[in-house]
Parts: sequence; C-alpha cells; structure tokens
Amino acid sequence: MSAAARYFHSRAVTLGLCTRNNTRHFSTSLPLCELRHMSRVNVVDNSDLGKNAKTSGKPARIVHVYNKQGVAGIGDKVLLALEKQKVKGIIVGCKQKQKPMVPKFDSNNVVLIDEEDTPMGSRINVPIPSVLRKKEELAKILAISSRFV
Amino acid sequence: MASLKTSCRVLQTSRHLPVFNPRAFYRSYDRPQKGHEKVPSWTIEKHRDSPLNATRVESERLRHAAPTEFRYIFPEFLPHPDWKKRDRVAEKLQRRDMLRRRLVLDIPEFYVGSILGVTVADQHVPSKQSRFVGICIHRDGHGLRANFTLRNHIDGQGVEIKYDLYNPTLQNIEVLKLEKRLDEELFYLRDAPATHSTITFDRKPETLPLGATVPVNMKKIPLNPPPWTQRWEKREDLKGIDLPELPEKRMRKLSQIVKPWEKYDLMKEYRKNISEEEQNEIFKEVVQHHTRVEKKRHQERLKRMT
Repeated sequence: MSAAARYFHSRAVTLGLCTRNNTRHFSTSLPLCELRHMSRVNVVDNSDLGKNAKTSGKPARIVHVYNKQGVAGIGDKVLLALEKQKVKGIIVGCKQKQKPMVPKFDSNNVVLIDEEDTPMGSRINVPIPSVLRKKEELAKILAISSRFV
Repeated sequence: MASLKTSCRVLQTSRHLPVFNPRAFYRSYDRPQKGHEKVPSWTIEKHRDSPLNATRVESERLRHAAPTEFRYIFPEFLPHPDWKKRDRVAEKLQRRDMLRRRLVLDIPEFYVGSILGVTVADQHVPSKQSRFVGICIHRDGHGLRANFTLRNHIDGQGVEIKYDLYNPTLQNIEVLKLEKRLDEELFYLRDAPATHSTITFDRKPETLPLGATVPVNMKKIPLNPPPWTQRWEKREDLKGIDLPELPEKRMRKLSQIVKPWEKYDLMKEYRKNISEEEQNEIFKEVVQHHTRVEKKRHQERLKRMT
C-alpha cells in the first residue's frame, strides 16, 4: 500500500467508514439449519453403528431425503451414510425453527431403523417430540423412547 | 462621577419607579393583608369538583388512567409501532378477544428471564395434558399473535418450545420464578454451558411479597468457546454476556461495525414506541376489563359465602 493509500485507509478506519474497497460483497440469508443432502446428524439411539459414528470422528450424513421437498423435518425418513454403509433413519429432532408448540432442539437428532422400520437400538435417552405420536408408523420408535417433550 | 451619584440618589427616592423588595413581597404569602384572608380549603374542594371547573376534565382523565406498568405487564396489547402494519379495527377486535380469553385463563405477568411452567392439552397422552418447564428467552408478537419461547436442558439435550399466549390448547401458564434479566432476549443461552438453561420440572413456585418490584437478575453468563450460533461480540446491546478472550483479528473488525451513535438516536426511539396518549386509550379497556372481572369475582365470593 502506498503512503497515500495508507493515510486514507487509516482516516477511513478512524471515521468508521467502510475500508473494504477491493473485496466483493454478497448477501447471505439467516442460517436456516435445514436438513438436506450431506447434512450431518447426531444418532441418538444406543445402537453400535451410531456409537461408532460418534467416536470415529465421521458423523452420519444425510444422503437422501424421502419426501418431495428435499428438506427433512421431524418425523421424516432419511437415508444416511455412516461407517461406509447406507442406513435408513427417522429425524427425531431439528435445529431448524419450528412452528409454535413443536419443540426445537440444539442438535439434529436421528434414530436408525432397518428395512422393516424396526429401530436398530433398544433405547433413546434423548427427549422425543410429542407430535411424533400422531404417526402410527413410528410406533416402534416411540416404544423405545424414554421421555416426551 | 459626581453627576452619576446624584442621578442614582434621585432614582432611589423617586416614587414613580418602585423598588422590588423580595422579603416584603413573599411575606405577604404567609401573612395575608387585611381584607385578603386565606381561602378556606372547603371552597377550593367545592370548586375542584364543580362542573364549571375547566381543569376538572384533566383530573378525571388522570383518575381513570391506567397504571404506567401496564405497558410492561401487557406488552401484547400494544400494536405494531410501524404505522404501515396497523389496522385499528383489527386491533380493537383482537383486544376484545384477548380480554375474553383472559376471563377464562389467567395469563400472568412474566418477563424474559422468568421461569414458567406451561400445561398444554395433548390428545396422545393418557392424562390428555403435557407440561413443559423452562426459562423464557424471548417474547414477541402483537395482539393475538403474542408468543413466548421457553428453553430447558432435558437429559443432556437443549430444547426450546415457542408458545402462542392466546392458543386455546394452553390450559395453564404458571410463573415459577418472576424475575427479569439484563437483556430483552436470551438467545445467547444456546452458546452457554447447559447449567444456565437447566430447570427441574418439579420446581416449586416462588412468590414475591405483595407490592414488591420485579427483581432483576444481574447474572453475567459465560459463553462456551466459539464457534457460536451468532457473533455475540458484535452485540454491544447485550449486557448479560461475559465474553471470553477472542483472537485479535476478530476483534479488529468490531471498530468498523460498532454504531455508538444509536443510543442517542431519538427518532429511532420515537419510531420504535407507541405514544403515551395512545397507550392510555388502549389500556383504558384493560382497566375496565379488570374492574369488571374483580366485581364478578367479588360477587362469586359473596355467593359462595352465603
């Protein structure tokens, strides 16, 4: 930077003006925390696969969302990639902003299921949203949950 | 110089220019002169209540004016400050519905930072009710859209639930601890240790003595090491955060973002708030509702006694 440029930059900083003259600007939206393709999720049941995914340092990632929108919400079925395998799961908690009366969690939680919709673990220690009780296909998952919110 | 002295003496002895003696002037207030006795207090009171008294209207207005605390106890009754988003007919109808709901359900006074227990109707539970306890981190909305968000840490998992104040499925709103915090929103609890958001479900309600002011909890929350959900170092308006040591590069940009003139911006303050006259008009309805409710409850109490 030349002496003149340095002077003008310091004056701009003192006056609180924009000093980013040579940078490109782009607008960003607020973080939506949507669960899409390649989103990392936290497995909350006590299955071995889930525990290994947590300890290995390679968290489970969503590879396909089984709905028309491509965005997974609470109660949606997803295909996960973890431990070099493809496993199905149900989203049990979202970081995404929810409608009133629906709980919002601090992490994106998922429960692993097999092809017959039976959960792979035997217990879920994390609170489960009560709205999932409406869905009859999740009855087996609700049976292993410890607490509802 | 000699001429000046003589002229001054002339002024002093002249009768056309009276000299103001403050002591004598104010003495007349305490000791009225003959023929100017004190007006008796009953005459003054009679004049005050007389319909011919011009200032009587103002005193009546003051008598029926709502307490100034109503704007904090019932913030959802105040409309949106942006005039483009206002619909006075809708606001009046909503206020009517809000007061009718308040006849059925006791919606208590609470602030951001208070601990609440909310019971909600849930058809899937055998008892048909489910309860959630948490600290109020946010309060938003005008009219029937008024809502509040409760946060808690359950089984190591942070949970937040947003409730509509006037949702008919809300069966009970109980204030377990009435207090305020240093900020109007506590979203930074998401980036704070879990202990600051953990509230046990079987917490007993704490009552304040009658007429006490709402206590302010001056707690400063220490944050977890970054990354955070928001850049809390940019939020100089939040007083309840204990910021940790951040890298110099991150703090360097703050001087370009900070707006120290905002607190002196009177027009911004004016645009954010509803005028006092309009507030009084709105809360008059709340006062009338309250007096009606109190009368009704008093009558019911008398009926129960007889």
